[in-house]
Amino acid sequence: MLNVGKIEEGYVLDHIEAGKSLSIYHHLQLDKLDCMVAIIRNARSNKMGKKDILKVECDINTLDLDVLAFIDHSITVNVIKDGELIDKKDLVLPKKIKNIIKCKNPRCITSIEQGLPHIFVLSDEKAEIYRCKYCEEKYNESF
Amino acid sequence: MRHLMNPLDFTTGELDSLFDLANDIEKNPSKYAHACEGKKLATCFYEPSTRTRLSFESAMLSLGGQVIGFSDAGSSSASKGESVADTIRVISCFADICAMRHPKEGAPMVAAERSGIPVINAGDGGHQHPTQTLTDLLTIRSLKGRLGNFTIGLCGDLKFGRTVHSLINALVRYPNIHFYFISPPELRVPDYITDMLKEKKIVYKEVIRLEECMPMLDLLYMTRVQRERFFNEEDYVRLKDFYILNTPKMAMAKKDMLVLHPLPRVNEISVEVDDDPRAVYFKQVQYGVYVRMALILTLLEIQV
Repeated sequence: MLNVGKIEEGYVLDHIEAGKSLSIYHHLQLDKLDCMVAIIRNARSNKMGKKDILKVECDINTLDLDVLAFIDHSITVNVIKDGELIDKKDLVLPKKIKNIIKCKNPRCITSIEQGLPHIFVLSDEKAEIYRCKYCEEKYNESF
Repeated sequence: MRHLMNPLDFTTGELDSLFDLANDIEKNPSKYAHACEGKKLATCFYEPSTRTRLSFESAMLSLGGQVIGFSDAGSSSASKGESVADTIRVISCFADICAMRHPKEGAPMVAAERSGIPVINAGDGGHQHPTQTLTDLLTIRSLKGRLGNFTIGLCGDLKFGRTVHSLINALVRYPNIHFYFISPPELRVPDYITDMLKEKKIVYKEVIRLEECMPMLDLLYMTRVQRERFFNEEDYVRLKDFYILNTPKMAMAKKDMLVLHPLPRVNEISVEVDDDPRAVYFKQVQYGVYVRMALILTLLEIQV
């Protein structure tokens, strides 16, 4: 058994689908933060069989967690302060996501216009459908 | 400052005001002949479209304004690699309003985000063509006397036809409209449109042949199968002649059914249909000029 110690302040992202932790690491831009991060892959899970876990030691106001909801609803976000669990955050689908996914429509202006951000807008909250802001193409690939 | 990217940018109330203005222009053209004196329209057409460009130019000239612009990407700085965002910043210094057509979807929206002048989407790839939709709505309202309470058939290329997508999105805001979508399976309306119709509980039916629905229609909107929207020539040749409107098919229709077409037509409407009083596609072109005149006045906030 691998043991990773408690963190004093930050987040424990639990129940990440096995294999997705590195992707989440990049999308939360943790590589740009000067903080301690533990990436645990293929941990045993009664619920999921295998899962990934991310432990991030940082100020709890640092991270923009909206993107997590887009990536995977089922991730459990535990907020830690003074070494104690103080909150479990509900993930809410962001209304807009910027430069997380790219529009794949070859006819979209984003395919040629330099410096144009790839912005997707939540067009149907119930069906969790995001569309490119510019061409309205549906994003329909799993993350 | 307002732009027009999508027919839905205007509420139905705002559209009513726009159409009232267009109808007034139709009745009293001389009243508006100098309304835009000293104003310039830039027509930025990154792909050829003589009809739409001339309609805009005619509209501005009829308002006493002037026109500058380019009619294909080759004669613009786009051929040197200039971005849309940079081009519109420059155009904003030259003109008071811009009509932009671009092969890439969303390009006019990029322009609107950076522009210092109102931008009108004059067609962006297979996406939207709002001024055609305004033309269609004005034609229907002027000739049918109402928007709502009718059954409309849309025929031809419903997959790539942006005029069709824009028109459907605009019509669903009016009450009691039923749709027939008449197309080969390869060119059916995209899922996002049928999903939207289902969600709004709007009645629609997809049929393969025109004859299946002709007697039920109050309006028939014909479209051409566009060569440039196909990735290969074989598919185009195989499908282009599927849906041709001719006199025998017109005989099945109601006496007051109207036939609309965004033009240009290739052979999807036989020329013999042109003499039928129900064929209103050339009147539609004239309404296109009136509605663009009304749009230019509205976006420039000019009151006459």
